[in-house]
Amino acid sequence: MDIKDLAKKIRLHTLEMTSLAGSSHIGSSFSMTDIIAVLYGTILKFNPKQPKWEKRDRFILSKGHAASGLYAALAECGFFPVDKLKTFYQDGSSLLGHVSHKDIPGVEVSTGSLGHGLPIGTGMAYGAKLDNSDHKIFVLLSDGECDEGSNWEAIMFAAHHKLDNLVAIIDYNKIQSLDQVSNTLALEPFADKWKSFGWEVMEVDGHNFEQMQNTFSSLPLQSNHPTCIIAHTIKGKGVSFMEESVLWHYRSAQGDEYSAAKKELESL
Amino acid sequence: MRDAFIKSLSELAEKDSRILLITGDLGFGVLDEFSKKYPKQFLNAGVAEQNMTGLAAGLALEGRIVFTYSIANFPVMRCLEQIRNDVCYHNANVKIISIGGGFSYGSLGISHHATEDISIMRSMPGMTTIVPGDLWDASESAKALVNTEGACYLRLDKSHAPRTPDKEGEFKIGKSRRLLEGKDLTLISSGGILGVTLLAAQQLKEKGIHCRVENMHTLNPIDEAAIVAAANETDGIITIEEHTVKGGLGGAVAEICLEKGNCPKFFHRIGIRSEMTSIAGSQNYLRQAHNMDENAIVSTAIKLIEEKIKTAS
Repeated sequence: MDIKDLAKKIRLHTLEMTSLAGSSHIGSSFSMTDIIAVLYGTILKFNPKQPKWEKRDRFILSKGHAASGLYAALAECGFFPVDKLKTFYQDGSSLLGHVSHKDIPGVEVSTGSLGHGLPIGTGMAYGAKLDNSDHKIFVLLSDGECDEGSNWEAIMFAAHHKLDNLVAIIDYNKIQSLDQVSNTLALEPFADKWKSFGWEVMEVDGHNFEQMQNTFSSLPLQSNHPTCIIAHTIKGKGVSFMEESVLWHYRSAQGDEYSAAKKELESL
Repeated sequence: MRDAFIKSLSELAEKDSRILLITGDLGFGVLDEFSKKYPKQFLNAGVAEQNMTGLAAGLALEGRIVFTYSIANFPVMRCLEQIRNDVCYHNANVKIISIGGGFSYGSLGISHHATEDISIMRSMPGMTTIVPGDLWDASESAKALVNTEGACYLRLDKSHAPRTPDKEGEFKIGKSRRLLEGKDLTLISSGGILGVTLLAAQQLKEKGIHCRVENMHTLNPIDEAAIVAAANETDGIITIEEHTVKGGLGGAVAEICLEKGNCPKFFHRIGIRSEMTSIAGSQNYLRQAHNMDENAIVSTAIKLIEEKIKTAS
């Protein structure tokens, strides 16, 4: 699958879905789109015809508010018809505004409240070790989400139990709900925090396909240590007027803004 | 109750490798044998209940039957959102075990009083909620939990009624156990306070008042038929629980009676009515302080029956 093309399709779907829905979080979805495209395009082992195939890699989107991007990727990968995406957020749809697994093949875990995905993924990783299974568990978190203490409980646990089948990826777009991360609860020195907890850490450009592909395809970074990939990203990436803006955490594109955004995305 | 339950769970773990027991760093001396015998089925998650519950959900989604174990409110309230979102919404096979129901750890203070857990847990969607009354309940409930798919809550108590095996020989979730028959009133009890309830029933019998006693060991699903029968066949209902009167056993019984249109002639909830307690005391002392000991049950029953007679005449 062409990663660049997949990323473009995910962004276009996301724009349409959030516009039809009048829903928030397009900026959060765009910042992680390239990460999702690399994972679903080349890294994750899965079979859309057998969503519960035992040997599949598990992917948890812990930043569940970016659901539109995950749903778009799953539809493009054949888990369910692309047409279904138009029902996102609509009355009676199972494509909820925050990630929900019910009636959506390919979704491992429902999320929405932050700080839940990593503990669940840690349980899956611990179970895989007990069963001598060699699949990996990927959990994608937001940066603001790292304020949640439950993550740090899981971070301690995973390192203590040497869960090198667990990969946490941080979508580090530097903006959280109301303000810059650095003005809210500073995460820096972020990589050092993970390292001091016993994780092997690598920082990547979250919009550089080749760099991410190379990194994700040679995991774990070190055996007996869980992996943390800090992906530096741009909130709203792909549409100039949405980039690095708190406003587009909430706003959906309508009218001229929709047309302008679509034009920019189509030229990517 | 704790020891009876763990003994029973150990026997089940030997036969079923899917069983995994996770403790939140509590159970000194109680879990040693289990952890040594089944090291691959035991895990100490540390003092981190949110992660413990998330872990449990993750492990359950991969096919295990996971028991989380801790004291009082720690495995319930500290991680309530993990219980609701990660366990209940995913119908994950997680069994939450809380030891020290009610005032079991009376002198340790309010942090260790589990006095709102039942109303919280029985409101969680799909949460089978079991509150054993005696050691037989505690021991048998282990098997019942393993055989029940999805989220379950088990509240164990330091105190317990004398062991009273069910005549039918099987612990049935959602089926109350009638321990005494009588027509003057029904005492519906859940938890270890069943022992006090039975003593009160005996005292009342000596005064010529014959009580039906229901051991309502399951709060969700609750035995509606037993409640309706109590309302129809006996003169009144008193519920007894070591828990706030808001939303627990008493609340559940009232809901059933009203919705079914089978209101008893008199009804009273014995439980905690005051604010949080700030005095030390044994379980028995605190029951007395909160008007929920044997004498309180007896005097409440006599008062209600006298009022009923007065109203009738």
